[in-house]
Amino acid sequence: MSKATRLSPTTKIVAYGFLGLWLIMAAFPFIWTLWGSFKVEGDFFSKANWANSLFGTLTITETGGSFTGDGYYGAWVQEEFWRAALNTFIVCVCVVTISLTCGTLGGYALSRSTYRYAFWFLLFALMFRAMPPLTLVSGYLLPFFEWNLWGHLSTTIIVLVAINQPFTLWMLHAFFKNIPKDLDESAMVDGCTRFQAFRHVIIPVMWPGVITTGLFSFLLAYNDFAVTTMLLSKENQTMVPKLVSFLGTTQTKGNVMFAVAAVVSITAPLFVMIIFFQKQIVSGLTAGAVKG
Amino acid sequence: MKHSSFFWFVLPSALLMLTFIAFPIVSVVTQSLYQEHEQVIIEVENCGPFGCTVSESVDQEATAALREAQPLGQWAGLEIYKDRNHLAFAEVGEAWTSSVSMRDFAGTLMNLPFYDAIAFTLTYTAIVTPLTIIFGFLIAIGVNAVARAMRGPTIFLSLLPMIVTPIVGALVLFWMVDARGVLGAGLQWLADDPNLSVKASTPLMWIMLMVYGIWSSAPFAFIVYYAGLQTVNTDTLEAAMIDGATRWQRIRYVVIPHLVPLTTFIALIQLMDNFRVFEPIVSFSAQAHARSLSFAIFNDLGGETRLLSSAAATSVLTIIGVAILLSPVLVRTWRDFGKAR
Amino acid sequence: MKIWKNAMLGTAVAALTATGAYACEADGRVSIIGNEFPAIQTVAAAAGACEGVDFSANLTADHQTLNVAGMTGNPAEYTTAIVANSSIVALINEDVIRPLDDLVAQYGQDIPQQQLITVDGKVMAVAFMANAQHLVYRADVLEQLGLDVPTSYEEVLAAAEAIRAAGVMEYPVGGSYAAGWNLAQEFTNMYIGTGGEFFTPGTAEVSINNAQGVEALEMMKALTAYMNPDYLTHDSNATSAEWEAGNVALMNMWGSRTGVLMDDEGSAPEVYENTAVSGPLTVGDSGTPATTLWWDGWTVAKNVSDADAAATFQAMAAGVSSDILNDETMSQAVWLMNGFEAAPVNEGVLASVAAGSRPYPMRPFQGLLHTALGDNIADFLQGNESAEQTLADVEAAYTAAATEKGFLQ
Repeated sequence: MSKATRLSPTTKIVAYGFLGLWLIMAAFPFIWTLWGSFKVEGDFFSKANWANSLFGTLTITETGGSFTGDGYYGAWVQEEFWRAALNTFIVCVCVVTISLTCGTLGGYALSRSTYRYAFWFLLFALMFRAMPPLTLVSGYLLPFFEWNLWGHLSTTIIVLVAINQPFTLWMLHAFFKNIPKDLDESAMVDGCTRFQAFRHVIIPVMWPGVITTGLFSFLLAYNDFAVTTMLLSKENQTMVPKLVSFLGTTQTKGNVMFAVAAVVSITAPLFVMIIFFQKQIVSGLTAGAVKG
Repeated sequence: MKHSSFFWFVLPSALLMLTFIAFPIVSVVTQSLYQEHEQVIIEVENCGPFGCTVSESVDQEATAALREAQPLGQWAGLEIYKDRNHLAFAEVGEAWTSSVSMRDFAGTLMNLPFYDAIAFTLTYTAIVTPLTIIFGFLIAIGVNAVARAMRGPTIFLSLLPMIVTPIVGALVLFWMVDARGVLGAGLQWLADDPNLSVKASTPLMWIMLMVYGIWSSAPFAFIVYYAGLQTVNTDTLEAAMIDGATRWQRIRYVVIPHLVPLTTFIALIQLMDNFRVFEPIVSFSAQAHARSLSFAIFNDLGGETRLLSSAAATSVLTIIGVAILLSPVLVRTWRDFGKAR
Repeated sequence: MKIWKNAMLGTAVAALTATGAYACEADGRVSIIGNEFPAIQTVAAAAGACEGVDFSANLTADHQTLNVAGMTGNPAEYTTAIVANSSIVALINEDVIRPLDDLVAQYGQDIPQQQLITVDGKVMAVAFMANAQHLVYRADVLEQLGLDVPTSYEEVLAAAEAIRAAGVMEYPVGGSYAAGWNLAQEFTNMYIGTGGEFFTPGTAEVSINNAQGVEALEMMKALTAYMNPDYLTHDSNATSAEWEAGNVALMNMWGSRTGVLMDDEGSAPEVYENTAVSGPLTVGDSGTPATTLWWDGWTVAKNVSDADAAATFQAMAAGVSSDILNDETMSQAVWLMNGFEAAPVNEGVLASVAAGSRPYPMRPFQGLLHTALGDNIADFLQGNESAEQTLADVEAAYTAAATEKGFLQ
């Protein structure tokens, strides 16, 4: 670390204190959920005393031990949560791939065009993002049923890509702006077409920004509820709507602990992913992915 | 870039957005200008397991003819926008003339669903957006000061609020702030008031929604700023230090100006997302205390009889609201584009 | 050919087919959309066991948003929708379900008359289960204080006061008063209990801003004084949780949820052993119980071929026949078919039916009023405005919505 960024002891204490407080705030609810997912519902959602979820009073009376894997067993084995996990995997991979393919092409063009219409294009993309997704999705239902598109994974993937396209375009456009124009323009002087220049000069240097944008697309597809719940049939359901279906309805009780176990299960792969991609996220952003 | 290559490059994105966003927006705008045709109501006898009752019903044959003639419904123009559940021109006008004081007028206005929703939405946006940015910035500064080996786990933990599935994340939090949940009990202890309940009071519910909003979006601002901090020119910082600048002055005159472009981007996305606030209201069952524009849309679409035109009108008003809100940022981008030419 | 699109049904069917053979054979497409609770799972599984049908089922909590869209196209994606008396009106309004009279005559001779839902003399649906909200009480608490089981809300208030005064519980009354659908449902119950009429007969003009409306609101507000202060966020899940924690002694609750309250999971023995149900409560002296009766039933889509409609009818008729009742399924609901044996948990619903309660109104525009009620009543309960003002707001909100839908001009 360079001298300029070294801190005085007091600043250090303040900074660490603040950071420590934030880390507790950020992680506490999740750690609490993780711990509680091994209890029975009566404990985790105890209306009598919150300490029950620490000590598992009812868990002991109902199951004999102070921890139980019933929630996980119920969700994964009984309710076949793995099918939803598989669907989520397919959706995420496709959404990220298609999103980035379209987004890099479009983002690159937008960053290189000096005409006003490029600005208007970006502006409209932004205004499209302002549309509440609920209204969009309810508008899709009739035509999708009519044309037999409803319920399939592929339809949902395309819709998620489209809804996410404005964000992807803005982010990648800003990123490409930071790649010097001379690079591809000199390639074109050497006789490359625009596409060849893109392929041979830009693609090799664009990965940090693309990975960062891809992670945001991934998170969107992974955590989406509004689109997946309305457009997927039961057997194609992804994890989030499946999880919400554990919560029950007005007239019947659900299996809330299945949902809690599912939340932990959903978040676990993200751990791995963030740890794995953490360097790339930061370096991608550093390369200028988000210069307004 | 040539027009033709620009065209081919943006074509896939443009097609996707045209089909799945632009076209639906056109149909939503159209929908908001129509209302359903007159329904011919008749009295019928309904029988079932619980006996027979006389009830109203729609005369299908009489209505079918009307439907055939006007498949879109009847032209309503801006009537839906002007009705009591939206801009309520008539009601507002009347309140204006009959109110004895501004306070009285404001009270009547807040009793109208649209103005009630816009009041919450704007307050939420105005408070959550800057605080998210400030928090994100402070966390980024903090993480940047941590020893390199510790940064990985710190970044991961800081990102948690953003990556946990919002619906159930909010459900768990909602239970935790219950008067008998761990956070609720903690708050009671802090406030030294055993009857304190976040869920029972409107101001506390607003505060909780906003705290949740900041908590869940601060990681986004954090990660963007953190990346930005990596590119601050250390030479400039050192030069500033040699010139005798204090730490605060270095942040103020070197770091912050460097981060301004990032702030524009975060502000743009956050303003838009906060203006469309919806999920926390559902997850926290907060609709008795706080309603937003997006919640109004959800309410229109979620009932047994769906109010498509009403939802469409509210959606259009939301887009207009976002456009107004973002206009300062957009003007800036427009100028930047001018420079790039 | 049998196509199992819904894997979840597999196990339920295995359990069913083991108990008895179905005499059902049909040729055509059967595609179900409906809610996902266990009783509906059972019906769908039994319908899918029908020989020779091309079967699929989409059972989801979002069925109400999907069913109209999914039945509008031609041919319709869904050949049958499982609905309740509140949600069938949307299907009738959009004209997507067909009258069943000819199918009943041909294939449905065995269906008891009481299961047929007729609108204007035409059979539109076949009901298979009933539900209602009724009183659930803690026998030990009432006994300890020497109180009788309340039969009216006035007695509930008196009992609640006694329980609080004795220091047994601070908030002895429970109820699903969460703003939105639940709260509107409680008002609907209460208003019916006061003898009020929601609409001017024969029209879509709302008329709740009257003495009965005020009475209903005042009673609700009086009850909330004995409820947990968070009552506006308590849906039926949260209310049940309060009950299981032993914090509540009296509540108006769905019959379909009482089974869970009486089992040994989620609560201490003194709570579940002493949980008892009784009939609906009354308010004032109108004589009509302050509750509504609900049925769930199936319909057949209009935009499908006659062959598919016939196959659907046969499969669904088999799905709700007495054959599906066995030890496991008997307790899933208050079934309407012959051969249903009521358990103690079901007594509340049966008592509600016996007391002459009114069914939830099957009006095309009742849902609009329900939404308007759910949005506005909380203002009154929180003390922000007068009962008259709240009722006027409800009427205004409803009128704007009904105008948009063409019910009012």
